[in-house]
Order: sequence, then C-alpha cells, then structure tokens
Amino acid sequence: MTAYLEFDQVCKFFPGVKALNGVSFSAHAGQVHGLLGENGAGKSTLLKILGGQYKPDGGGLLVDGKQRHFGSASDAIAAGIAVIHQELQYVPELTVAENVLLGRMPTRFGLLDKPKAHRLVADKLAAIGVDLDPGARLADLSIAQRQMVEICKAIMQDAQVIAFDEPTSSLSHRETEILFRLVKELRADGRTLIYISHRLEELYELCDACTIFRDGRKIVTHPVMAEVPRERLISDMVGRELSDIYDYRTRPLGEARLQVQGLDGHHVDGPQSFSVRGGEVLGFFGLVGAGRSELMRLLYNADARSAGNVLLDGQPVPTGAPTDAIAAGIVLCPEDRKEQGILATASVAENINISCRRHDLLGGLFLRHKREAALAEEFIARLRIKTPNRQQEIRLLSGGNQQKVILARWLAEPGLKVLILDEPTRGIDVGAKNDIYRIIHEVAERGCCVIVVSSELPEVLGISDRVIVMREGAICGELARAEASETAVLALALPDTAAPPAAAAAAANAPAGAATNINTQYPSRSIA
Amino acid sequence: MNVSSLTPTAAPTAAATRALQRKWLVEYSMPLGYVVLFAVLAATVENFFSVANVVGLMLSVAQIGMVACTMMLCLASRDFDLSVGSTIAFAGVLGAIILERSGSVALAVGGGLAAGALIGACNGVLIAYLRVNALIATLATMLMVRGLAFIVSKGQAVGIADESFISFGDARIAGLPLPVIVVGICFIVFGILLNQTVFGRNTLAIGGNPEAARLAGVRVERLRVWIFLLQGLVTAMAGLILASRITSGQPNAAQGFELDVISACVLGGVSLQGGKARMFGVLIGVLIMGTVENVMNLLDVDAFYQYLMRGVILLAAVLLDQLKTRGERR
Repeated sequence: MTAYLEFDQVCKFFPGVKALNGVSFSAHAGQVHGLLGENGAGKSTLLKILGGQYKPDGGGLLVDGKQRHFGSASDAIAAGIAVIHQELQYVPELTVAENVLLGRMPTRFGLLDKPKAHRLVADKLAAIGVDLDPGARLADLSIAQRQMVEICKAIMQDAQVIAFDEPTSSLSHRETEILFRLVKELRADGRTLIYISHRLEELYELCDACTIFRDGRKIVTHPVMAEVPRERLISDMVGRELSDIYDYRTRPLGEARLQVQGLDGHHVDGPQSFSVRGGEVLGFFGLVGAGRSELMRLLYNADARSAGNVLLDGQPVPTGAPTDAIAAGIVLCPEDRKEQGILATASVAENINISCRRHDLLGGLFLRHKREAALAEEFIARLRIKTPNRQQEIRLLSGGNQQKVILARWLAEPGLKVLILDEPTRGIDVGAKNDIYRIIHEVAERGCCVIVVSSELPEVLGISDRVIVMREGAICGELARAEASETAVLALALPDTAAPPAAAAAAANAPAGAATNINTQYPSRSIA
Repeated sequence: MNVSSLTPTAAPTAAATRALQRKWLVEYSMPLGYVVLFAVLAATVENFFSVANVVGLMLSVAQIGMVACTMMLCLASRDFDLSVGSTIAFAGVLGAIILERSGSVALAVGGGLAAGALIGACNGVLIAYLRVNALIATLATMLMVRGLAFIVSKGQAVGIADESFISFGDARIAGLPLPVIVVGICFIVFGILLNQTVFGRNTLAIGGNPEAARLAGVRVERLRVWIFLLQGLVTAMAGLILASRITSGQPNAAQGFELDVISACVLGGVSLQGGKARMFGVLIGVLIMGTVENVMNLLDVDAFYQYLMRGVILLAAVLLDQLKTRGERR
C-alpha cells in the first residue's frame, strides 16, 4: 500500500507561536487516519494547510506522490482534497442542490438548469444512502443534515482526500452512527480519510492508523490503531500520566441548598422540580433537544419563565435578568461558548473581570486596574490557562482555555453558590477536561452546588453524585451514583419507554443499519 | 509539571521584532499620520500655523467633538444614531424660544438639555426594549425631531439677544473659547467613562457580543437606554452652544451633522461592528476632519470639492483599517 497523502516537514508560525514545527506523516488510501492532540496542538492548522487556507512557512505536502503547493482553497479542491471543517461552510439561504453544486451549477442556454441539478444531487445522495430533499433550504436542516450535504459536496467534487475536523461534536447518537457508516463506505471506496476527534471511542471505532500531536509537533504515528492501548494515547497527547480523568472523590453532602419548584417555560414540557444539596455534583443527561439547556436557562433568568420558583438556602431567587441570578450566587457557563460565553474581542483579563469587578470599585465607580490584573494573573496560573499574556484577545485561545476563562469569571464571584455548566467539555481535549473536572470538584468541596449538563454519558457518570435524566422537555428519572450505569441512564433517556432497559440500550448502541432517514429519528436542534 | 513545554517557544527574534513593529504601527498609525499631516500643512499652507487659526480650527470642530464622544459609546455598543443633527437644531430652537418667552437662561438651558435627554431616551427605549433596528429607529426620530424644530419655530430662525446666553459661545478662558474648553472636558470625562468605569467596559462588552454580555450579568437593555440618553443630553448641549455662537436657534441647522460625527468616529478607529473604541482615536478623527476642512477653506477650495475630499478621506481611513485587520487575520 502506498501513501496517498504525505506531509513533509510542515511548519507554520504565528506571531509568538509555532503552530506546526516540522510535522511529517503519511496517510494511505483506503484508510481512516486519526489525528489526536489537545486543543492548540496543531491539528486544525494542519487541516487548514491541507485545505489551502494557510500557506506553510516550511516543508510541503505530496498528493499521490506529487509535490503540491496550494495558493487558495480552490487549488486544494482542484487537487481532489476536501476539508469538512468544524464550522461548516455553506450558504443557509440556498438549497441542498445549490450548495452541493455551488459554483458548478449545470446550465442550459445560459440559464441555471435546476431540474438537472436536483437530479444530479438526488442521485448522489441516494448513492451514499442519505435521505434528503435536494430542494430543501440548508437553513431548515439540522446540523447533521448540513454535514451530510458537505460530505456529498466533497464526493461530487470527486475528492480523493476527505478530512473531517471534529464532525461529531454537535451530533446526536443516531446522527453519529449515520456519519460513521458513511465514513466507512468512503474508506471502502479507496479514499484517503483524515479524522480529527477528541472522543477516543470514535477513533477506535473508525481509524486504522493515527498520529498524535502535542504543542505543534508530531509525537508518534501508530500504524495500527487497534493495537494502541487507551492509556498510551492519552499520555502521548497530554505528555503526562492521567490515571482517572474524572478525578471523582466522595464528599460529605450538605442540606438541599437549591430548590427548583415547578419551573416551566418555552421548550420545557410542564413544570419541572428538582433540588441540589450543598457540595453535590448533579449531572443532567438527555439526548440533544431534551430540554436540559432550556431548563438551565430558565433557572438562570436567561429566558422568561411562565411558572415556578427557585429557592436558594430557603430564600427565593429574584426573577428578571441573569444579573439577578448572579447577585443571588447562581452562575451559568453556557452551552455555546463562542456565541454566549466569551466576549470574543475582549482580553482574557476583561473576560475574567467582567462580572466580579462590581464588588471592588474605587469609590463605587472606578475600576481598579491593578487588582483586576492581579486577579486575572492569579486565575491564569491557578486554572493553567494557556495564553501568551492576560491582554490576549480571548478569541485567539483554544476552546479549552476559553472555557477555563469563563470558569474563572464565575470562580472570581465571591458569593458563588450554584455553578451551572452546560456542556463544559464540548470540543475540549483530554488534558483541559481533566483540569475542568478538578475545578468542578474543588467548587463542590467548598459546599457549592454544581449542575453539569452533558451529552457525554461517560462524563456524566464519571463526575456526578447523582444523575437526572431528561427526555422531550421533561425530567423523566433520577439515579444515584451507585445505580447510574450506562444502561440505566440510556433506558431513561431514549424515547421508547415500552422497551425493557437492556433492549433500549442495545438499540442505542447498534449501528443505524438500514434506517437512514435522519429527518425524523431524534429531535435535533438546528443552529439558531 | 511541564509548564515550560506549555508556553510557546519564542519565535525567531526577527519575526518577533517585526510583529512588535507591526503592532506599534497599527496602534499609532493614525496619530502619526495626523502629526505628519499637521507638520506638512504648517510648512506649506500660509496662515495655517498661527494661534488664531489653530484655535479657530478647534472651535470649528467643537460641536462634532462633543457629540463624537457619545457617538463613540453608541457605535461601541454596536448601535447607531442618525438623530443627532436634528437634536442639535431642536435643542437650539427650543432654548431660544424658552429664552425669548421667559428671559431665564437657566430655564432655556435646562429645557434644551431635558428635551435632548428625552429624545435620547426615546431612541434607547425604541431600540433596546421594542427592538427596532437602530438605523430605522433613529432615522424616524431624526425626521420627527427635525419636523418638531420647524413646527415650534414656525420655520423661522429664533433670534437670541440675551448677553449672558451669547457668552457661552463667546467667552474665553485663558485665551481658549468656552466651547473648546467644554469639548476638552468632554473628551476627558468620556475617556474616563470608557476606560475606568463599569459603564464603559460593559458598553464595549455589549458591542462585542450582546448575548454573552447579558449572560455575564450585564443589564443590556438598561445600559443601551443610558447610552442613548447621554447621547441626547450631550447633543442638546452642543445645540445650545451652537445657538449661542450664531445668536439664534435655526430649525435647519446641522443638516448632515450625524454623518460628520460618524465619519470622525470611524476615522478614529471605532469599529462599526462594536466592541472596539478608543477616546484618543476619536480625538484624532475629529482633528483630522477639522484640519482638512480648515485647510481647504484657507486654500479657498470650492465647497463642491470639499465634499469630494471628505468622502475620499473617509474611504481611505476605512480601507486602511481594513488592511490592518486583514494583516491580523492572516
């Protein structure tokens, strides 16, 4: 077997950072080659070079034995390379067919030949087994469906190399199965596939070989993925040993501090009640669209509630705006870090101080720049935030480090009582995950309530003292740590209540099989 | 602990110096440009570099300077205000009428300022709470307020005879006209407001990302109303000073003023995408606008060409900014 795609001593420098430092490895046709590494290790930069978005500062790449230099993304496409980025690139107002054939629409007498376009795309979609209407607008599709459109586009362009950058980070269980099947078919078709993911289970299921990155360098290439033990992968990625990434320790639990009584509102199905004890980590699990984030937003006053009360230490929490929840000691790290969490163009220090500074003003009015700087430095060190300095714009940090900055913002609140984390580790590497779990436990040990909403079942089971499961907008069950197994939690989370737990779990784990209609299977949320 | 391996290894020193030079250039390109412009004009244009002319230049940009301070806050929070020109005219007319009827300067000034604040607050409520697009909302108030200025004055200029009122535009302290001192104070006060207070920081935060700012505990709606209210207040003050300088309230005064103010802010590096603003930059922007106009007057350039020049300069400044940010992205 020959190497179809070869990277040769690729270097890429940004001011102050060596994003890639002499990286060489090769990927073979008919294989899925996984790329692993913490955020900021250089994987995405490598994909951008492959896709022609960045020019390497040194080294180059060979496709099918020929040296290639891409001046632009269209050069890469012409060379048969398609990169499917984490943030999908499409025109929301155009139809599936128009997006797939963007820039190459068939014409007839100088006019667009829409029927032909629809036929072409419908054929291709059918060939890869995806049930989608070529005339549907992209804006009306789920993220998973948009991803399928992107893949279809790559196949239409006859791409021999297809690279995926964390394709499953916003997919539901079932959508992921469909993606996997498609990737496997492309492999069987003899294409060269590059696959980036932070989820080790996925990499073991899909990849034939893998390369591990750390700090812009290639650490090692494993030619046979299946032979590499999990611990080895993690220690290669992180550069240190991580025995148990969840770091769970039993804590003494206090009285019920947070009591949510009959909370109801948009996207929540009927009044919901639960309570959290002091020092407790409460996990919220459910499929995408089960209403977990919405319930948390109601609790945080981010959305208006139609009914219900929130009591903290017996006192009612004022409704109104998030400010009121924060004043009472309830804080939220939102699900969509980029759109709702970070103040993208502001500095790391500004992002940390935005809320807590109100407690420490000179004469109740003026900022204390020195104290703010010191506070920022303290948290950068304590949470191991990787940033050149505190003045760095937060948007230039990796996802894990952005999340730590948001956490720092709330840990800096002197009156913190309830910490709500919505998908705290989505798109974050193992090392930073471990740091975040450590912080969660520290906060709980201080006697605070911690609520963790997550779609990653191992994570929920790993860190929680208790798990609440939501389904279709309502709380449908509650399990103590001892009784919360994967099977038990999934049995509650899946919509089919009639099936016995074991069968339901099996159904969730089984491959999608013939059922490929991703329109109807599970509620999937589209990007707002 | 492998902290050392976490921090990125220092890039080649040549590249680092280049990056630093670049950063310095980006940061100070406008002030540097202005210094060069000023030096060249002082050397080549007759009568430019004299105390009388420079003071006159500053006086000519006093109104723009004051309103640019609050417009900066408005743009920094990703909003927009087209109604300032009309507000200037209305405040001037209203002040002149109240003065004529009551003879009380305090009442005239108070009435003008209150009207400005009310107009600003209306803009703010429309935009923040009723979620009308800022461009549309202030376009509507711009038309309505201009209409009100004509209605209350019956379309006529309202003369001002009161000496103490006229002295606002006329008096000099340490050789500087009062309006120049007022605009100087505005720059200092709003500079402090932007950089040293929660108000300023939160303004930038909601401009950068309103939803993230709200979830971080900023009362976004309330803050936006305050920004517009301040804008109305300062604009009314500028209107009253203008009225005192021209000794009348003119219902058709300051037409197109809003675009001059926005131009000055953009020249000063305020991002229309919100989230970025610097008081010093706005000061430079205002000075560039004033200097160019002043020089064209000195050189007796036809008014038609002056429009052309102002457009060219604005475009050039925006293109320069575009080039700078493109450099960042690559």
